[in-house]
Amino acid sequence: MIKVTIDDIEVEVEPGTTILNAARQIGGEVVPPAMCYYSKLPGTGGKCRTCLVEVAAGSTADPRPMPKLMASCSTTVMDGMIVKNKTSERVHDNRGGVVEFLLINHPLDCPICDQAGECHLQDLGYEHGSAKTRYREERRTFDPIDIGNKIKLHMNRCILCYRCVHVANQLTDHRVHGVMHRGEHAEISTYIQNAVENDFSGNMIDVCPVGALTDKTFRFKSRVWFLKPMEAECACTKCSGKAVVWMFGNEIYRVTARKDKYGEVENIEDKTAWICNDCRFDKKDPSKWNIIGPRKIDRHSVISQGKYETKIDKGLNKIG
Amino acid sequence: MAGRKLLLENVHIPGIETYDVYRKNGGYASVEKALKKMTPEEVVEEVKKSGLRGRGGAGFPTGMKWSFLAKPEGVPRYLVCNADESEPGTFKDRYLMEKIPHLLIEGMITSSYALGANVSYIYIRGEFMYILHILEKAIAEARANGMLGKNIMGSGYDLELVVAPGGGAYICGEETALLESLEGKRGNPRMKPPFPAVKGLWGCPTVVNNVETIAAVVPIVNHGGEDYAKIGIERSTGTKLISASGNLVRPGVYEIEMGVSVEEFIYGDDYCQGIANGKRMKACIPGGSSVPILPAHLVTKTAAGENRLMTYESLADGGFASGSMLGSGGFIVFDEDQCIVKNTYTFARFYAHESCGQCSPCREGTGWMEKVLHRLDHGHGTIEDISLLEEINKKIEGNTICPLGDAAAWPVAAAIRHFREEFEWHVTHAAEAQTRNYGLIQPRVEEIKTL
Ligand SMILES: Cc1cc2nc3c(=O)[nH]c(=O)nc-3n(C[C@H](O)[C@H](O)[C@H](O)COP(=O)(O)O)c2cc1C
Ligand code: SF4
Ligand code: SF4
Ligand code: FES
Repeated sequence: MIKVTIDDIEVEVEPGTTILNAARQIGGEVVPPAMCYYSKLPGTGGKCRTCLVEVAAGSTADPRPMPKLMASCSTTVMDGMIVKNKTSERVHDNRGGVVEFLLINHPLDCPICDQAGECHLQDLGYEHGSAKTRYREERRTFDPIDIGNKIKLHMNRCILCYRCVHVANQLTDHRVHGVMHRGEHAEISTYIQNAVENDFSGNMIDVCPVGALTDKTFRFKSRVWFLKPMEAECACTKCSGKAVVWMFGNEIYRVTARKDKYGEVENIEDKTAWICNDCRFDKKDPSKWNIIGPRKIDRHSVISQGKYETKIDKGLNKIG
Repeated sequence: MAGRKLLLENVHIPGIETYDVYRKNGGYASVEKALKKMTPEEVVEEVKKSGLRGRGGAGFPTGMKWSFLAKPEGVPRYLVCNADESEPGTFKDRYLMEKIPHLLIEGMITSSYALGANVSYIYIRGEFMYILHILEKAIAEARANGMLGKNIMGSGYDLELVVAPGGGAYICGEETALLESLEGKRGNPRMKPPFPAVKGLWGCPTVVNNVETIAAVVPIVNHGGEDYAKIGIERSTGTKLISASGNLVRPGVYEIEMGVSVEEFIYGDDYCQGIANGKRMKACIPGGSSVPILPAHLVTKTAAGENRLMTYESLADGGFASGSMLGSGGFIVFDEDQCIVKNTYTFARFYAHESCGQCSPCREGTGWMEKVLHRLDHGHGTIEDISLLEEINKKIEGNTICPLGDAAAWPVAAAIRHFREEFEWHVTHAAEAQTRNYGLIQPRVEEIKTL
């Protein structure tokens, strides 16, 4: 085992563990935000740069600090490494810079965005963003397009994390969308609209950290925080059938995979519980599901269902 | 005397682009020597002794890079020549490949032998399609004469050489983006580690070297590493190709001995012969668009008042405060009529256009800088824009996947550092700035003291 210290907390991890995953083993405040890394999708990470940390000592063998901030999602720990995340001024400063970069071209349309309430960029902006923009230019805009008949792409909101590209590469039988063009003109697109027709393409929606990819069968139906997430399962031949159904009264408004506190699809019995498109898009009839009970949404989202509920709960408790 | 020439000595011999003329003039001697008389390790040893440093921009010692190459059993190794040359101000590889293509082919054979590669690639930028044809012709000639293919010169060594064109993207000159592109993928730089020496092309150990670096292996093997190392100063050995451009009497590609003084190079009769049209020099970018710009008073002398020399060390003397870098040897000279704000904008536009867009600081930051510089150049800027540029710079620098982010940030930072008055004047005299040039800048007081 390897010993590493993150924000003055020591943890022992397997060799080959990244700084980010070591921090996740500690949990809480020391975990750097990750917008592009996705532990269940090998090859992701390194792109968004929100997970930058300071390495104050490289290892016991070579205790020199690393001159640059390092992407914690793609830097492996060394024995005796000392990492600063929350405790580093430089990290705070530069992460703020990254958030500013991510926001300069991002539309400020949270009030009409389906992702509001479960958006990682919204959380990050809340924590690190400044209230005023220094960007005087016009924001980059694209027309929304359909990627397949069930998925809508709002490229304006995309942060080019490449997660959906990895989903298409790793979960579907062939990828028909990807990144085109370069630099700030880079965009997620597909040559043939409606081309994404694949049993597992819907998982792109679940991995998208922002509101760029949304479920056309759910769009604009409701704000997520008005819905009740329920753990549910069904007998499915294509996938695990273990999902979360988001209900309003007795109606199912949308179906998603079960996600953990980092917004990642959970592992169930050692397998990542991706769900198939049939379960996601076509099973909105509650009789098709065995509804187990309320799903605790363990997200730190600024206006997440969790916080919304606890406030009410607290209020009720007082009254009670 | 303009010094020894090791690469371009025979470049003016008529027909040197053909195998026969090249061979008659001593060509392919290094292949003969290496394959018949030397072990691969001995070739690597000579390259180490020569002190040769990568000519692609970073200046990494070539012998050391070669000795880092992993050699697992049963896994092929590759040598890839980086002929993507797209850095603004740099055009030496193009000249070499166009005029004396067999020198590169010869270097590739000798270097591939040293590294134990049996298939090697030359990755050439898409716009150089005509050079691709020149190289393919040279390769066909070399093959017809037994220099490529099976059992080269009866040595038992086999080599195939493939020329592959890119699609015309600056970023594909970054070695890992190059490898992605060569594999047929989008040219996004890879994350490092793993380095190409361990996992490069198709996941196999790979060395990526610049055209000039590989060509320099030819004289090193022919005359020995020690002979090569006799030329130059300190850790800058041998000769270097310089692409001289801008307001010079005689711009062009020069092969210089490392250690020539910058003054001699700009004004000497054997070199650029001074500033064109009797003008004065305003600034110089000594190593291609990615390195810091220097104002005239820091070009020929360092801040400490010493003569600046054409070496890695001397051009970098003074660090970021008052120095620059040799880079790829793209030597651009500006006369008093050139506008630094416009030039900075032009470069910023280039980097914004060439960013691959993978990582947020570079994708968003380069585009933002371009827009701010556009309005400064066009007379719509504010004083705050200058400090905004500095801040954007700081947030890009060091925070990106590949060095393009730094390469985009440094030139802007250096231009503001040395030419702040001119940037401010573009704000305070916005209308006038559209009609005339700011002219020469005055050295700052603290800098005059040391001059
Ligand atoms: C954005 C970018 C562009 C580059 N372009 C080139 C190029 O066109 N030619 C080149 O030889 N090296 C280029 N390099 C440097 C290569 O990554 C690499 O360091 C070089 O090819 C190594 O060869 P050398 O050791 O012989 O210099 C570039 C680097 C970056 C970051
Ligand atoms: S669409 Fe979403 S998942 Fe895909 S790259 Fe953009 S932000 Fe990432
Ligand atoms: S620094 Fe720029 S060019 Fe390099 S990987 Fe990042 S976005 Fe691409
Ligand atoms: S999560 Fe590490 S760079 Fe995006």
